[in-house]
Amino acid sequence: MAQSSSDIKYLTPIAVDTKKKKYCRFKKSGIKYIDYKDPDFLLKFVNEQGKILPRRITGTSTKYQKKVSQAVKRARHLSLMPYVADLLK
Amino acid sequence: MENFLPLHTVFNRAEILLIINQLIRNMNQYETVFIMTPVLSEDQMKEAVDKFRKHLKSKKAELVLDESWGLRKLAYPIQKKSTGFYHLFEYKMDGQELQEFEVMYKRDERILRFLTVKLDKHAIAYNEKKRKKAAEEKVVEEEA
Repeated sequence: MAQSSSDIKYLTPIAVDTKKKKYCRFKKSGIKYIDYKDPDFLLKFVNEQGKILPRRITGTSTKYQKKVSQAVKRARHLSLMPYVADLLK
Repeated sequence: MENFLPLHTVFNRAEILLIINQLIRNMNQYETVFIMTPVLSEDQMKEAVDKFRKHLKSKKAELVLDESWGLRKLAYPIQKKSTGFYHLFEYKMDGQELQEFEVMYKRDERILRFLTVKLDKHAIAYNEKKRKKAAEEKVVEEEA
């Protein structure tokens, strides 16, 4: 019985990377306005260097990506977020 | 077409101008955040804010929100300063007065940075919700 666990053979290779469908969090939760005065929230949309993350990674829809980037840029102007940084997170 | 009288037979010239003026005058909601130098004392800071508040009132702006965030750390240095006093104004004003108001910010040495944004309907709804929430929290705190 002890050997049985290692002897299991699959007919089809198991998918290791199950693709999760990405979704736009703003559409899903019904957020219509992105506040530039809230840097803690905007931190989710930038990488460690403070660069805005692409849609392909965050899954945000075009409509809201535009608003995210606008908000991040406004926050940067008001020195609520850095233009350049390292180890932001 | 016979039902409509030409405009100049109903109103005189001055009245027509007044109507046009009212149509052009657009009261939009705006929001201004500005940063003042940390060199100022508390009183000097309040005085600077007062100057802008008075200007808004003189232009018949309707102040919706007037909020001080106090001394905050800047994300990067501006004019070699690493902190600043933040202040937020939310108001309804004729857009044509805005340019003059912005020039005031530009000329004032105490202001490090400022940003004026026109608020759309979603932004107004968001701000109102936020204000309500803050007010409720205040009530809870007072009760506790």
